Amino acid sequence: MASAKGATLESEARPKPTDGAALAIWELAATVVDPEVPVLTIEDLGVLRRVAREGDRVVVDITPTYSGCPAVDAMRDDIVAVLATAGYADVTVRTVLAPAWTTDWMSEEGSRKLEEFGIAPPAPRAADGRVNLGLGIRCPHCGSMHTRELSHFGSTSCKALYVCQRCQEPFDHFKSF
Amino acid sequence: MNHSNHVISSAITAETIADSSVVASDAVAEYALGLGDDALVLAHRLGEWITNAPELEEDVALGNIGLDLLGHARSLLTYAGTAWNKSEDDLAYFRDEAQFRSRQLFELPNGDFAQTIARQLVVSAYFGELYRALAGSSDVTLAAIAAKASKEVAYHLDHSTQWLVRLGLGTDYSHERMQAGLGVVWPHVDELFRPDPFALALTAAGFEDVAVDVVTLRPAFDAVVPQLIAGAGLEVPGVPAARGGGREGIHSEALGPMLAEMQVLARAHPGAVW
Repeated sequence: MASAKGATLESEARPKPTDGAALAIWELAATVVDPEVPVLTIEDLGVLRRVAREGDRVVVDITPTYSGCPAVDAMRDDIVAVLATAGYADVTVRTVLAPAWTTDWMSEEGSRKLEEFGIAPPAPRAADGRVNLGLGIRCPHCGSMHTRELSHFGSTSCKALYVCQRCQEPFDHFKSF
Repeated sequence: MNHSNHVISSAITAETIADSSVVASDAVAEYALGLGDDALVLAHRLGEWITNAPELEEDVALGNIGLDLLGHARSLLTYAGTAWNKSEDDLAYFRDEAQFRSRQLFELPNGDFAQTIARQLVVSAYFGELYRALAGSSDVTLAAIAAKASKEVAYHLDHSTQWLVRLGLGTDYSHERMQAGLGVVWPHVDELFRPDPFALALTAAGFEDVAVDVVTLRPAFDAVVPQLIAGAGLEVPGVPAARGGGREGIHSEALGPMLAEMQVLARAHPGAVW
């Protein structure tokens, strides 16, 4: 596993637990996918933040990508469902606002899967938190760097719309955030 | 200082905001409600653009920006509601015009696309400064909401700046419309930077590090926005400031009809969920 990208602490980027009980729950929760980008698990996205066993109760923390992200409700239901099938009946999923999610928490595996799916992955974020825009987004179809932004916003909050000048195909770019 | 009755040891969550373990004090709630109303009213206005923008990409863009703002509004109203045992929906759908504290710029009708871009330019720059400052609040819930919002509004400012340049330096006609849009919006800029009575109340009660004094944000706004406008070949309008008073519940005639549309479903079917 490669190190965390950009200006993000390694510990923030990789919150996976090491102890057995929590790890087993984590591995189950980590199978849940983003309903809007179904090739990515919530672990790939960096949305899965923490799992804990508190007596009979399981607490799972996830973080919304954007404040208004409607996928959070679906992810929450899917986590409860997948843990229920493994016998965890009492599951609480909390959405964490702080620290705020960043694309730097996306795994290398996640970036690779995104590109295979036809979505250009995010670039590492600048250290001062400014958004990197427009420059050097590679076409996930033909690999050309000769691309241009069509629209600042795409099909979901987390994406922008690009078009490749070489193969002429439009594609989504997962914005650095 | 922490003005919640409960000190949060680890993460801030939307559920813990809603749950009784985190309760805003009355003074903090009054302040959060004003900020939440600003975001809510503008989110609704931006939603009105869907299917009406000049191109499909802008339907999507303005919808996405509105969704971010709605997210901020939900967090802020939920937090405010903890002080009064009210939900975000109680506050959004069951208050009348005079009970809304949104500043008047947010309720202004959309006008044409250029006018909307002019407002987005102003408010995105304002929100950027506001949330950057509020992220340092001693109230951990407000600080967490602001830290997340701050990243989102930076992107909104990029969006409006690009359109400002495109319209300002486009054709004579687009330039004229963009300049006219700035002219409609500009009288309401001053109100954004006038003292917030609910922030003053917090300070007067001795809670100095909770709220942002918006008066202090004006120099940063003035260092950025007029330069962006000049860069697009446009002029900062020389217009007198509007009277304002949104935080005190004084609104233009535009807010009532907007709320009627926003609230009708919830009022026709109180308590309905989906």
